[in-house]
Amino acid sequence: MSTTHQSSPLARLEQKTIQDIILKGKRIDERGPFDYRPLTITLGIVEKANGSAQVYLGKTRVLAGVKIQTGTPFEDTPNEGILTVNAEFVPLAYPTFEAGPPDENSIELARVVDRGIRESKAIDLSKLCIDPGKKVFVVFVDVYILDHDGNLIDAAGMAALGALVNAKMQEFEFKSGEVRYKDSKMALPMQNYPVPITSVKIGNSVIVDPCLEEEQVMSCRLTVTTGKNDDVCAMQKGGLGTFTPEEIKQIISSAIQKSRDLRTKIISKVN
Amino acid sequence: MLDNKKEEKVRLLDDNGLRVDGRRLDELRPVKVEVGVLEKADGSAYIEHGRNKILAAVFGPREAHPKHIALADRAVVRCRYHMAPFSTDERKSPAPSRRELELSKVIRESLEPSIMSEYFPRSTIDIFIEVLQADAGTRCAGVTSASLALADAGIPLRELVAACAAGKVDGKVALDLSDIEDKKGDADLPVAFMPKSNAVSLLQMDGSMTEDELKQALDMSINACRTIYEKQKEALRTKYHVEREEAEEEEVAEVNA
Repeated sequence: MSTTHQSSPLARLEQKTIQDIILKGKRIDERGPFDYRPLTITLGIVEKANGSAQVYLGKTRVLAGVKIQTGTPFEDTPNEGILTVNAEFVPLAYPTFEAGPPDENSIELARVVDRGIRESKAIDLSKLCIDPGKKVFVVFVDVYILDHDGNLIDAAGMAALGALVNAKMQEFEFKSGEVRYKDSKMALPMQNYPVPITSVKIGNSVIVDPCLEEEQVMSCRLTVTTGKNDDVCAMQKGGLGTFTPEEIKQIISSAIQKSRDLRTKIISKVN
Repeated sequence: MLDNKKEEKVRLLDDNGLRVDGRRLDELRPVKVEVGVLEKADGSAYIEHGRNKILAAVFGPREAHPKHIALADRAVVRCRYHMAPFSTDERKSPAPSRRELELSKVIRESLEPSIMSEYFPRSTIDIFIEVLQADAGTRCAGVTSASLALADAGIPLRELVAACAAGKVDGKVALDLSDIEDKKGDADLPVAFMPKSNAVSLLQMDGSMTEDELKQALDMSINACRTIYEKQKEALRTKYHVEREEAEEEEVAEVNA
């Protein structure tokens, strides 16, 4: 069952301080309200994975790996490959992360990242079909949270995208019921590049890319994932507060703007 | 080598701009709500939203169990959204899926802002939503009915929460997608809204929409939430109005005696 969490006691003490600073148009880490933290992305750091990417978003650190294997397609999509996204909140990343089956937070994060990739049609899954109805490629995206300093969704979404862009798979041929792999490698059939941008509401102010302290005192957050044509492909509100419709429209507009630079940055890494 | 046969495109809008079930783009499916439908629950509600049939029940405020989950300054709200195995075309395993776990979380987060949980420290308020038949829009119908169940349980609320989705079918923004529109359509945007507070407490989206379409869909679903909100109030009146009349009669009888 989904249960109310206890807010961190430290966060309650910091709430007013953080709120007051934001009211003055500043942030506790001296950013402006709409400044994104510096993003560093490194591709291909895990050789055994088909693709990998490590993202630093400020001090938040996320590693994503892509493995491509074969499997059976779903009955309703016999001609399409399969995408699965999973997230691990690894215990070494944060004092309260525990080993064990994924909790609702990691499930939510994985599903938001998944929706961004799936709904933007980032991968052309029809090109990952080997034998219709029998054999297709399965793209496993596993997101590893390594250091938690806030805004895990954005960091995870960008790491997942980086890992997909980085991924290489064996070229293959399907002849008389058998798959034959060639020596050459090919990239995944990418056709879109979804980037999630998360904004949070603290008091009555909205700021983008919260750090951990800000996240702990936020009333709610809204993630807007945008594709390359500025189309929005996924959104997710979280937290116990509420947004006014006007705030939501504002957040959507600014997320579309913000995502353009970050998308360019990630794509430029491949070429 | 690869079978790239294009899936046949289903037409979701006819030449008159009407939808598969004959609705206009901005028309809700029929919504029926009823309050106090379960005997043992502290509060309960039943909703039929299109072909969705959903029961919601609330227990509490009651003593927190296990004790360690209790909070010193407020009630803990717990929520379980669950689909019956027979509620869908293909049988759904009764074990909670990742989807159900995520929805339990977003539904809890959509209802908690309306609950005055600060009045009930160290207790829990448990919300159970059982989808008996699913036909797209179950999370919204679940929120609508659960909010009524909370009211029926006598839990102090800031406001009722009403929910409805909008989306996009055949390139047009449309309200309250049905099952086929949800599966074959272009986008879905579930929204929960509290009209008097002008507050959106649930917002999700998947598919593909431009900024303008998204804003239009948001306005459309918020409008529908206002309509559903009126139906919610009506359902509460239907149950409690009768009881008040009876109470008044009793009072009169007592005075006369």
